[in-house]
Amino acid sequence: MTRLHKPGAQAAPKTLTELMGQALTMEREAVARYNELADMMETANNPEVAALFRKMAGYEQIHVNQILADMGWADDVVVPRQSGFWNTPESPEVVPIEEMHYLMHPWHALQLALAAEQRAEAFFAELAGTAASEAVRQAAEEMRQEEAEHVTMVRAWLDKVPKPDDDWADDPDPPRYTD
Amino acid sequence: MPPKPPQASTSSRSFSLAIAGSGGAGVMTAGTLLLDAAARAGLYGLMVRTSGPQIRGGEAAALIRISPQPVATLDDRFDALLAVDWQNLNRFGDEIPIAAGSLLVGDSDAGDAPEVFLQTGARLVTVPMKKSAKAAGGGWVNMIVLGLAGTLVGLPAQALEDALRASWKRSAEALASNVATLQQGIAMAQGIEGERPQPLAIPAGGSGAGRWLISGNEAAGCGALRGGVRFVAAYPITPATELLEWMSPALTRMGGSLLQAEDELASVNMIIGASYGGVPSLTATAGPGLALMTEAIGLAVAAEVPIVVVDVMRGGPSTGIPAKSEQSDLSFAVDGLHGDAPRLVLAPNSIADCLDTAEWTVQLAEALQAPAILLSDQFMGQSRSVIDAPRSEAKPAERLVAEAHAPGYLRYLDTPSGVSPMAIPGTPGVTYTADGLEHTERGIPSSQARDHVKQLDKRLRKLVQYDYGPRWADVEGDADLAIITFGSTTGAVREAIARAAAQGTALRLVSLRLLSPLKPELLAQALAGVRQVLVVEQNHSGQLLRYLRSRCDLPGRASGLHRPGPLPLRPGELADAFIDWATAHARTGVPA
Amino acid sequence: MNDMTEAAKLTAADFKSDYKPVWCPGCGDFSVLGAITRALAIIGRPPHEVAVVSGIGCSSRIPAYTTCYGFHGVHGRALAAGAGLKAARPDLTVLVTGGDGDGYSIGGNHFMHACRRNMDLTYIVMDNHVYGMTKGQASPTTEPDWDNKLMPGGTGIRSFHPLVIALAAGANFVARGFAGDPNGAAELIAQGIRHPGFSFIEILSPCVTFRPEQRAWKEHIHRAAVPETDDPARAARRLMTDDGFNVGVLYAGERTPYAKKPAASATLTEIEEEFAL
Repeated sequence: MTRLHKPGAQAAPKTLTELMGQALTMEREAVARYNELADMMETANNPEVAALFRKMAGYEQIHVNQILADMGWADDVVVPRQSGFWNTPESPEVVPIEEMHYLMHPWHALQLALAAEQRAEAFFAELAGTAASEAVRQAAEEMRQEEAEHVTMVRAWLDKVPKPDDDWADDPDPPRYTD
Repeated sequence: MPPKPPQASTSSRSFSLAIAGSGGAGVMTAGTLLLDAAARAGLYGLMVRTSGPQIRGGEAAALIRISPQPVATLDDRFDALLAVDWQNLNRFGDEIPIAAGSLLVGDSDAGDAPEVFLQTGARLVTVPMKKSAKAAGGGWVNMIVLGLAGTLVGLPAQALEDALRASWKRSAEALASNVATLQQGIAMAQGIEGERPQPLAIPAGGSGAGRWLISGNEAAGCGALRGGVRFVAAYPITPATELLEWMSPALTRMGGSLLQAEDELASVNMIIGASYGGVPSLTATAGPGLALMTEAIGLAVAAEVPIVVVDVMRGGPSTGIPAKSEQSDLSFAVDGLHGDAPRLVLAPNSIADCLDTAEWTVQLAEALQAPAILLSDQFMGQSRSVIDAPRSEAKPAERLVAEAHAPGYLRYLDTPSGVSPMAIPGTPGVTYTADGLEHTERGIPSSQARDHVKQLDKRLRKLVQYDYGPRWADVEGDADLAIITFGSTTGAVREAIARAAAQGTALRLVSLRLLSPLKPELLAQALAGVRQVLVVEQNHSGQLLRYLRSRCDLPGRASGLHRPGPLPLRPGELADAFIDWATAHARTGVPA
Repeated sequence: MNDMTEAAKLTAADFKSDYKPVWCPGCGDFSVLGAITRALAIIGRPPHEVAVVSGIGCSSRIPAYTTCYGFHGVHGRALAAGAGLKAARPDLTVLVTGGDGDGYSIGGNHFMHACRRNMDLTYIVMDNHVYGMTKGQASPTTEPDWDNKLMPGGTGIRSFHPLVIALAAGANFVARGFAGDPNGAAELIAQGIRHPGFSFIEILSPCVTFRPEQRAWKEHIHRAAVPETDDPARAARRLMTDDGFNVGVLYAGERTPYAKKPAASATLTEIEEEFAL
């Protein structure tokens, strides 16, 4: 548990615009991160996992487009960054880069995506619970429901992929071939 | 005694195969085990590694050639390419040349082989590699590949299993499952139907007795130890790091030590300091590091302190191509110091020769109290080979040292040989100050003309008048057309010459080991009766050709065949080029 | 945060090139690349007015992964090349990047003098306590007892403390960040770029391949207990209790930055008059 930020309430959005701005930032960062991870896994010759991350990026992009449409914002709208947006170093919805492994299986990728969607759901649930106005509460609840749908979707995908063996990270070739 | 040069014979076959795949496939381990198994079966072999730009887990291939005769070069093409997966293997299209008649073996579930391989007309078979690994013992997929590859080559199953057991460092349980998986791979090979390359004939009663499995970097390090090196200063650089890493524990066990330096400027100055103190010393680096070391190498020349600097040459210039081989530091090694600064430069011409020539280089540096650059390269340094174990005992170097209280001791006395006794700190009555400044015979700084000329003459004379014996070059044959080369190209050149001979073109080989000082009179003897020479080397500007032309009277009109890295020169293309060249210089006397 | 219709400014994406990094998946340097691109977006100068200068190592690959002008030089000399660039072209924003081996070992001498010279550069070191590209040797910041092939059992030598050296040698801005908090690191980098003089930001960036145990770093990282200071003595005292995992700005000083070259003031003819009889 990182101690980078003080745990507790993040800066709660006061208006609908603020809330949706935060949500847009989260979704955009999720798209960017999933694409980044897909690139990473392509470079690592792990096309199955790369494709999975690419697919997740696509789903997050749908969310982005949804928010833009609902709020009547242009594609390149800029959301000013506030400190204390969330009480973790990165957006709750991104998969941390440090979790990547060049030998990871689709099961691992989906576990990470699941955790990300669950964090996002919990984030909006908390915002809904502490909302300053009904408009904010309702919007937060809608976002929470969307994330919950993602959780369900990822769980369904998880059921279809095999769980890796314990030695999945074993590479017969060590990092230095002279070992 | 240098090892006898391998008899490259076109009648004895070899088997070349490549094992490729991405992270997790374990292709390097499989390749190393295959080579080990070949050794146990009494065969020789060579394994070259190649990989993509990723730091870890990217595409990689082990390129292996196995033969009843010693192997010092890759062949023109591969008889088989086994791939655990095809990810980005198209990048190896140039490095893994195959043709119709080659066998491609892929995993049934791995998707399509790259077009660059399919379009050659090679035959593709697929087998369920990953599935079989899981089903048969649950071992790694590279055990399937090892079994397939070893059986295609014709290696006995026992040799493959012995190699696996000998290398095993994990649990007994995991070993058992991998042995089972290996045996499955062997069985699957027998199930491959249809045309396939002919396996090798295994020598009856063959074994690995009297053979070593070693890389060029390890061989050079081992040779240096044999020569008496007991201090090494180290700074990591591709492709020399493994030499230093191998030496580190070995040195400690022999009572020596290795010091990791902050950079190459430090490491070269450290070994000068250690050598000044009387301890034979060495460092290893590559082109960029050697460039940093030049000022200090000049100091070693001027102060007459013996050191050995191994340059494991890689693609240049500047940062260049770190993980690929080239022979482009020659000009720099022989001439790249400010002032008139003669120094020793030697080049081993095979992985086996790395051992003997490293030992010899240490002996020479110590005997002549001079810096020596040992020009190895990435191809030899990072490849593994089965070699004959050294037949002679190690012969540590001997430095001419001053006796205590030697009357009238002058450190830089102008002796007939040019070598003057060196006082080692701790010896009473003969203290002196070593100096990079020009100096008198006593070692006091001097700007006088007579001192400068005297010391310049001394430092040159000691190198050029020394009797280097027969090792200065490998000279083979007596034809009137000669191929001159150095270093790792020698293996391909030798084989090319044998092929040309089989087609009626006789050629003489001169592979230079002693590059500085250059001995024009020895070269002239070696070229007695030669009408034309062709200089073969792996660099862009023909460095050896220009060097020889500038220092020697070469017969006829010397020409060059040179190509830079990263791809190795192969025997077939060389043989064709040699025959064309020889034809052009046929005895009718019509020049090309 | 009211106006959502601001004209599009530069975003981090504008500073990322389409050349995919070859780093191992999970490498901390991905986050640092993100932090640098984010910081440059905050600063707001277009990519063609920014130069990224590096040496040799995994992290030194960074220039080509940005859309800025990049210079991938030789091992350990990035600060020298960067100083030359900034001296000749003070109008550019110059970032110097690299790793702990490149920067503190072979680059150690240049590091000390760059801090002393206090030129308006920003130096970002991705510290993973290892030589990654050459596959696992100890670097100056490696723990003395870390077993490795080149020095089995560890170097036995006390590790280098770059923040101490930077402060003592004269850097005007000294900070530490962590790849696990790329936004925080971006803020530090932006602050460093804005601060006059030599800004040194060490970013702890775990190496997944050769130091997998560094995953535990995120448990140790913590904000400094005291705020940044402009008093070098106070900063020095803080460093005496630094456990190597404090993040934030240590020191943002008022040390005189290296003077930029003055505008031209004479013609060649005027200068040559010195030789006339």
